[in-house]
Amino acid sequence: MSLSRFAPRIVLLILLAGFLASPESFDFAFRPLVQANAPAIYNQGDLAALTLQHVRMVFIATLLATIIAVALAVVVTRPFGAEFLPLARTIVNIGQTFPPVAVLALAVPAMGFGNGPTLVALFLYALLPIFENTMTALTTVPHNITDAAKGNGMTPFQIFRQIELPLSLPMIVGGIKISTVIGFGTATIGSTVAAKTLGEVIIAGLQSNNLAFILQGALLVAALAILVFDFLSMVERSLTKWKAA
Amino acid sequence: MLRGLEKTGVLMAALIVTSTFALPFIVVKPNRILQGQGVSLIDALPSGGGIALAGAMVFVALCLLFRLPLSTRLVISSAALLIVILALGAAANAGLPPGNSYARVSPGSGFWLLLFSLSLAFCDMIAKLRLSPAFRLVLLVVATAVISGIFASGVLADISVMKEYVNRSDAFWAEMSRHAMLALGSMLVAFLIGLPLGVICHRISWLRAAALNTLNILQTIPSIALFGLLILPLGWVATHIPGAAAIGISGIGTAPAFVALVLYSLLPVVANTVGGLENVPREANDAARGAGMTDLQRLVSIEFPLTFPSLLAAIRIVLIQNIGMATIAALIGGGGMGVFVFQGLGQSAMDLVLLGALPTVAMSFIAAILLDALVDFSEAPGSEVHST
Repeated sequence: MSLSRFAPRIVLLILLAGFLASPESFDFAFRPLVQANAPAIYNQGDLAALTLQHVRMVFIATLLATIIAVALAVVVTRPFGAEFLPLARTIVNIGQTFPPVAVLALAVPAMGFGNGPTLVALFLYALLPIFENTMTALTTVPHNITDAAKGNGMTPFQIFRQIELPLSLPMIVGGIKISTVIGFGTATIGSTVAAKTLGEVIIAGLQSNNLAFILQGALLVAALAILVFDFLSMVERSLTKWKAA
Repeated sequence: MLRGLEKTGVLMAALIVTSTFALPFIVVKPNRILQGQGVSLIDALPSGGGIALAGAMVFVALCLLFRLPLSTRLVISSAALLIVILALGAAANAGLPPGNSYARVSPGSGFWLLLFSLSLAFCDMIAKLRLSPAFRLVLLVVATAVISGIFASGVLADISVMKEYVNRSDAFWAEMSRHAMLALGSMLVAFLIGLPLGVICHRISWLRAAALNTLNILQTIPSIALFGLLILPLGWVATHIPGAAAIGISGIGTAPAFVALVLYSLLPVVANTVGGLENVPREANDAARGAGMTDLQRLVSIEFPLTFPSLLAAIRIVLIQNIGMATIAALIGGGGMGVFVFQGLGQSAMDLVLLGALPTVAMSFIAAILLDALVDFSEAPGSEVHST
């Protein structure tokens, strides 16, 4: 792998780390965007802490969604669970059709303001891509391979553990990748119902008409999403290679 | 496992029985802000109505449990849905203390779970019956007509959400049409830009990578931020370009929301156009060239028809995405159903939140069902577009 391909990502990573370590040193870059007396760098909280909370929330929601979606996909692709396939599809599709703001708002009466509704929304939106990808992967494992394994006397569990799951891993990671990127954006909306995410920075900017705040929030979220996307793409590629080997 | 039992039915029956007996069907509140008192389904309807309704729900749960013909279960679950919605109206009417105009009756968690499990049963039957797209469209029209009829009849007038609606029915329809305009208009513009861009990207490969990469990065910018970031450039356009302000372009309000929705819509449109064009079989193009067609003729009469299903899929993605994202426009004064959601959140008046959220969900569902049917239509064997 050539350095030129990685160079932009490394620059992005260094910029992100530098900005989070010392936001004030970037004052010059955001100064032209604000009026004379307005702060150019977000000053209503710790940017690094918010970023960490943002990442943690997306991580927890995606992890839970991965466990449930993969389990669901495994169940509906086994003979005993095949009956649930259309139902599982319907549920996951309905979850996806619900607009994020509606999920957040409707979850508030049940869970109150704060991180709860956002976790639910992120979880729901992460389900479909992971479920779809896992199911596609499991149903497209070549029959001759599983048949050969059966012929060798492997149990269904061994076949799943040693053949189906490893062959499906790259696509599962692909689904996780899509879900995570969607999650980073959706989490910002959670701040409208008081979730601790980078959306706070953006909303503070909208409320005080401070373009610099909006841009800081946007760039941080976009940088995180791009870096995680690249990292998971790398994992996906190496898993594909490992699968081929 | 028992042979006669339906495995998915066990799940749905359990949900129905739980929501009937263990959760409140309605919540009676002293006013629109305060927390209320839950009332179970059995107590919600006067003179034995509640017991009869609970009995009906047990019957429905039993029906879903057994392997009755799919169409029978479809009819039973749709009838049950109708009964539950009408019962909610009756329970609201019975639950309001007479002479108290501040009291509110909201649907409780039991109602929502019943609605969910019955709709799930309904959708499951529809999926298993493998109905033709045309039949699904007819079903959609009938369901929409029935639900509109119920709302128009005033049976549900005593439910808290409808009280919020009555207080602002003019604003409701104004924001509803603004929401639809934002979602549909931005999709239209995205297609006007994205289709030619997609065709060009298909022909010039270096441009394809550049365009798709840019649009991909654009998708990573959170929607509330993009809406805000467009305030500045559009404000500049409004003050510096003559005539721009006159046609309604301004820094805040609908214009930045509209542009943001167009930008987000471009990726699915361009990606699906390129993808669709790439899947056009080489033989089709070769035959057209052999027949002496010009590039333009080939594009219009061969490539576009074959790309059509993929474009329909793009419409589905974009429309659902836009209907959802248009709610965020309210944060920058762009209107739409989000106005009620955010007002309601601000006043912690959940009924007002529902007034904004439920129609948005309904619009998304209708768009999804409609476009799924159309996509199936266009992909159905024997249809004119599928001719390879």
